[in-house]
Amino acid sequence: MTPLMELRNVGKVFSGGGFFKQTRTVALQDFSLAIDAEQPTIVAIVGESGSGKSTMANLLLGLETPTTGTVLYKGHDLRQIPRPERRTFRRDVQAIFQDPFGVYNSYYKVDHVLTTPIAKFGLAKSRQETRRLMEQALTAVGLNPAQTLGRYPHQLSGGQRQRTMVARTLLLRPKVIVADEPVSMVDASLRVTVLGNLLQLKQQFGISLVYITHDLATAYQISDRIMVLNRGEVVEAGDPEQVVKHPQHPYTKLLIGSIPMPDPSQGWGDGVAGDDAHEGR
Amino acid sequence: MRPPILEVEDLRVRFQTSRGPFTAVDGVSFALEPGERLGLIGESGSGKSTIALAVMRLIKPPGEIADGRVLLDGKDLLDLSEDEMRQVRLDEIALVTQGAMNSLNPVVRIRAQLIDGMEAHGIKLSKRDYDDRIAALLASVDLKPEVADLFPHQLSGGMKQRVCIATAICLKPKVIIADEPTSALDVVVQKRVMETLRRIQSELGAAVVLIGHDMGLMAQFAQRVAVMRAGRLVEVNGVNEIFARPQHPYTRLLLESLPTFERGDAFLAAAARTAAQAASVGSTLQ
Repeated sequence: MTPLMELRNVGKVFSGGGFFKQTRTVALQDFSLAIDAEQPTIVAIVGESGSGKSTMANLLLGLETPTTGTVLYKGHDLRQIPRPERRTFRRDVQAIFQDPFGVYNSYYKVDHVLTTPIAKFGLAKSRQETRRLMEQALTAVGLNPAQTLGRYPHQLSGGQRQRTMVARTLLLRPKVIVADEPVSMVDASLRVTVLGNLLQLKQQFGISLVYITHDLATAYQISDRIMVLNRGEVVEAGDPEQVVKHPQHPYTKLLIGSIPMPDPSQGWGDGVAGDDAHEGR
Repeated sequence: MRPPILEVEDLRVRFQTSRGPFTAVDGVSFALEPGERLGLIGESGSGKSTIALAVMRLIKPPGEIADGRVLLDGKDLLDLSEDEMRQVRLDEIALVTQGAMNSLNPVVRIRAQLIDGMEAHGIKLSKRDYDDRIAALLASVDLKPEVADLFPHQLSGGMKQRVCIATAICLKPKVIIADEPTSALDVVVQKRVMETLRRIQSELGAAVVLIGHDMGLMAQFAQRVAVMRAGRLVEVNGVNEIFARPQHPYTRLLLESLPTFERGDAFLAAAARTAAQAASVGSTLQ
């Protein structure tokens, strides 16, 4: 069975610098990941800024081309797929980005982010149908359409804005959603609702999720598999239970040890990761 | 109990908007003992940063401090003239802001920025003495002396935040207000910066108000936690008390929404509830 999306030994190098001083930044190297179409899964890609996780997301979304290796959609190289196929790719693979404000044009009502994909992909024949689709999608993510439609982005909370983005992807019935730090700019008490929605997409609609985050704790809670990235390389991958409870790589241990545990009696860094959490500093 | 170093009494901050006055901080009172670490937690829009600005007297129109007192070591900051207040800032009370990225001047070297603060407070030294003092300051926040010769864009986020801490402590203030000092940083860097802040705080014996929305960070740093919601303090208690027996429903919500490394914890249950609620109304979609 060909996977829906596949990154095969993908690498990305950014060249930059001035005329005299060329610099090469290896953002990602030898990265492989396959997303099955039949079996919805949540894969968490965990790493710090500069670890290459957003580069990975952009490669998966076709926003960047790899320097080495290939990005495959239904077994075909993404660079060579014909136009009609490209259109289904654009629909099958959706993105949710970090900044729940930046994706909105503040001069348009929030309806705009929902009506655009409906129009682009011809999902509705009439105005009434457009309205009905928007209401259904918003209701599906637990938002009240009456309190959401017709408003401007600044009138909604970060959580509501991000859930509207989930509703937008839902309109298109994608196979995979690539969510790049979807909750890092959302208030702590609202994060849970957005992550609940993403979990629901998998459970109720069978949509796979690539969850990109620096937060191992939420990754542990919602994902089926965790990959830890450090400086463009996968240092550890596996079952969340295994990665979090028995981390093998010093970097994973460092990441776990750095999380401030919500327990005043537990010292910072002792606890889950064991005694060697402070190593590698 | 020692007399408080900072006392905020019935503070009210109002903003004039096109739709009438909006009270961002609505009758907040708290006291800080010398050397104490207080956590001020709440989400965006709850008024926690406004408190920081009000205490520093940096509220700008259309905002105004409508009522209340801010006593620093017994002296009401709201009664001071603008010039007197300028001396108090940095000298006695300092603010470390959220976006370290934006609080440094991008076209001025770190050395000049540090000297600027000291000069404004009447510290005139020879070049060599400044160099020594800056080297010591940078060392206290775990930075090499060479950092003084760099521009802000040559520093990483964590380094910039350390420079901001160095600026804040250069005159050894009695109170440091740190407004989300690490929210733009990665966990690993966050831990190191917080360790630096913690060490410096105890070396100086300064009291710290740590503003944030991460209960985990509060658990690890604060001795007391004040929970803020919609302009009011809803609960103030010792950190162990807050975590063991949260009184206010909002505090419980904050604690519940924290993911932990335990299977079937409250976080996942809450996420599943969201999903189930949404699913029940959204089932027509299928």
